Formats: sequence, structure tokens, C-alpha cells
Amino acid sequence: MPSDPPNLSSDALIEIDHVTFGYDTSRTILSDISLRFARGKVTSILGSSGCGKTTLLRLIGGVHAANAGTVRFAGEVVNAQDKELLFRMRRRMGVLFQFGALFTDLSVFENVAFPLREQTDLSEPMIRDIVLMKLNAVGLRGAAPLRISEVSGGMARRIALARAIALDPELIMYDEPFAGLDLISMGVAANLIRTLNDVTGSTSLVISHDVPECMSISDHVVLMATGGRIVAQGAPKELMDSSDPEVRQFVRGEPDGPVKFHYPAAPIAQDFGVEAGAAP
Amino acid sequence: MTNPLTLLGQRALRVLRSFGHAAFFFVDILRAVPEAMRRFGLVVAQIHAIGNLSLIIILASGMAVGFVLALQMYYALVTYGAAESLGLVVNLSLVRELGPVVTGLLFAGRAGTSLTAEIGLMKAGEQLAAMEMMAIDPKARVLAPRFVAGIVSMPILAILFSAIGILGAYVVAVLLIGVDAGNFWSIMQSRVDVWRDVGNGIVKSAVFGVICTFVALYQGHETEATPEGVAYATTRTVVMSSLSILAVDFILTALMFSTP
Repeated sequence: MPSDPPNLSSDALIEIDHVTFGYDTSRTILSDISLRFARGKVTSILGSSGCGKTTLLRLIGGVHAANAGTVRFAGEVVNAQDKELLFRMRRRMGVLFQFGALFTDLSVFENVAFPLREQTDLSEPMIRDIVLMKLNAVGLRGAAPLRISEVSGGMARRIALARAIALDPELIMYDEPFAGLDLISMGVAANLIRTLNDVTGSTSLVISHDVPECMSISDHVVLMATGGRIVAQGAPKELMDSSDPEVRQFVRGEPDGPVKFHYPAAPIAQDFGVEAGAAP
Repeated sequence: MTNPLTLLGQRALRVLRSFGHAAFFFVDILRAVPEAMRRFGLVVAQIHAIGNLSLIIILASGMAVGFVLALQMYYALVTYGAAESLGLVVNLSLVRELGPVVTGLLFAGRAGTSLTAEIGLMKAGEQLAAMEMMAIDPKARVLAPRFVAGIVSMPILAILFSAIGILGAYVVAVLLIGVDAGNFWSIMQSRVDVWRDVGNGIVKSAVFGVICTFVALYQGHETEATPEGVAYATTRTVVMSSLSILAVDFILTALMFSTP
């Protein structure tokens, strides 16, 4: 039963209990999913595009409410309707968006300072020190005065990471942190996720479809498939060694298998107006 | 085949739903205004972006309208020997109608499109979603300051439009055509009522400020997060703001100036 919650730890930071979700009644994105994410660990959710990974992240952040089931963060039910409770929870979360979502009218420094200015009453010298420390942690202290238009995609992702950890959150969620990055930037990003998790003692949740990077930094991996199903989960090595055809196809990047290469279509002979087996 | 009556009903429901959605959005922004006022620096920055940066087009247009208005009115009035009324006609036309309406239309084109594109691109770049996830309400941090700035800027711009228009009319009528300067100014002093004419003009422009800014923010916030979506949203801002201004202007004029 792939949907059964794993016994990772009795001290789970996030508990997803029989959650079903769809944006409308005609299409189910997540189907009766149960998961637990242990505190202090890096958990990756892998799956092909459109399988509901980002939707799961949004449910944890309370952007959407589940149609059925409950999502709990640190023991409290995430209720998308209760804005006050939601904002209190979100102050304990940091999110790295797919393309950084940096504020383009602010400098690198001001982007990282933004949550500190908005959420705390810290003095200006204190904010300056924290911002430079966070930028130093991602290797970009020297880029503090730059404008966002002056930084590369990889740097933008690291600045967004510095902003996500500005308030030392308990949970850091990464939405496709490796998408569109070159190999060096990808290695830097993967290394940062692991290091920050270990140094700050936070819990990390990585949504991605980059198998090698996620396998190298994760303590636990969840594999999702189209229709919001959980195909498998476990330690990275368990998944890499799995004999399940669906898992093998995904982790090895095989073009055809249980997930078909061709989108469902009429028989090819019908589309080209020839009878199957007829001589040319 | 779907019944035409069903289609009509579906469309009507969709329109009603969108009105309801816009009404809730408006109430949400109003509720966020006190928070925006507490951080007045954000409002001031937006008054600069929306108001100051619109000054050139407003002043240039005001001057041009004043020139043309003086010329046309002079040709019309001189036929009936009423050229001495030129100052009054120009003033009333500007402060009652042309000032608020033309400024509103220009404001929708200059500041409204800029607001829609800015908010739409912030949405497309997930900046608004990022704020939400940082437990910061984008309506209070981004939308409400722009809304207040729009309402504050519009009447000031309309006053400046009318003032520069009157000066433009003075240049054409008095300096170029030779209408008597004393007559040009004194008839304004004696016949233009500060509250009824100027005051109502300012009220009109404030109402147009609410309409333009709200439409621009709503279109930006509800835009589809694609380049085409942002393009359509900016177009809708100009069209909807302009039509709303013209419709509301008629209603306000009927209410304000129905008695002689």
C-alpha cells in the first residue's frame, strides 16, 4: 500500500492525512494521500510534471484547502480559511519559489531584508547584520548592493534562499530548486539545501523532478505519479534499487514504460489514412 | 446543442459572479486601507509614482485643451457679442467637466495601465504569492497604498489640469486675441462658485480616482499570469475605466448641476 504513511519518526513536523484535492470536481489532483515529514530531515517529493507536487506544497502552506482529509503543521490543522492562524504558521515556514519570486523593484539586500522589516521590530544595524549573514551563507554577501536585474538565474535562486531563511523558519519548502540551473549552480543549490538543513536544524521539503540531486541530499524520498498517487517512498537507496517498473522508469529516466511516451491517440494508421499491414 | 436560454443564463450568472467577486475585492482593499495609512511612506512613494510621474502628460494636455477651448469659444461667442463671457465659459467647462473627465481618461491611460501591468507582472512572477507565504498580506502591502495614492493624486491632477487650462486660455484669449484681461478674470470671480463648481469638480475627480485605481488594481490582480494575460488586462483597464468615467460623469453631472 504505497499511500500508507511511513513510520519515519513519531515527531513529524507535517502530517498529511488522507488528503484529496482538485481545483474543480472534474479533475482530481491529489487522491487520498497520507504522508508524514519528519523534523530535521530533508524529504524530497519527486514526480513528473503535473503530478500534483506543487499542489501538495500549496496545501501545506494553506494556499488551498483540501477537499477531504487534513494537513497538520507542528500538530495544528492548516486551515486555509483562518487567515490569522495561517499567517502565524507561515511565519514559521520559508518557501523558495521555482524562479525565486524576488521583488524586482528592490535590491538584493532589500529583498533579504524584506521579511525582517515586515515581521520584526529589529533595529537597522541588526537587520543589516542578519541580511549579510544570510547572504554570506549562500555565498552572495558581495552581491548585496546589486539590483535583481543584474544577477543570474542561479544567483537569484540563492538570494531567494537567503530570503526564505531570513527568519530562521522551522520548515523550508523548495519548489523546483534545480529547474533551469547549470550543473555548477545545481550542485551549489543541492549542497546549500543539505548544509542549511543540518546547520539550522530546520526541516526541508524539496519538490523536484531532478533525481540525482534529490537522491544525493535527501533522507527520505516520496515518488508521486500523475493523478496524485504515491508510487513509492523510502530512503534514496531503496528507491534506486527498487524493482517496481514505475519507480525504475522514473529514477532511470526511461522514455517508455508504465508512463507512456505517446499521449493517448487514435491508431496511427487511421490518422495517416492507410490500413495496417497494407502494402505501400 | 445547448439551449440559448441556458447559455444566456450561464452568461448572466458569470457576469453576476464577477461583479460579486469585484465587490469582495473592493471591500478587502478598503479594509486594508487603515494598515496602509499607518505606513504612510508606502503611500507617499506611490503618490510619486502615480501622481508626479503623470504630471507632464496632464499639464501638457491641460495647456492644449485651454488653448483650443479659448479659440473655439471666442469664435462662437464673438458672433453674439458675448466675448466678455469667455473667461467664465472656459472656467466652468474646465472645472466642472473637462478637468475631471479628461484627467480621468489620461490617468487611466498613464497610471492605470502602469498599475495593472505592475501588479499583473508581480502576480506572474509569483511575487504576490511569495508575500502571502511570508505571512504578509499583499492587499495591505501592495494594493491598498496604490489605491490611496490613486485617490489622493487624481483630484490634485484634475485641479492642475484645470488651472493650467485656464492659463492656456488666458494666453490665447488675452495675449494673442486681445480680450480684456480684467474682464477675463473678474467674470470668473463673480460667477464661479467655489463649492458648487470647483468643489463638485473635485468630488467628481476623486470618484474617478476611485474608479480608475480600483479597476487597474483589480485587472492586475485577476490577470492570467501570462504575457497575453497582462496585455489583455491593461487593455481592459483602459476600456473599463474610460467607459465607467463617462457613465458616472453623466450621473454625477445630473445630480450636481440639475438646478440652475
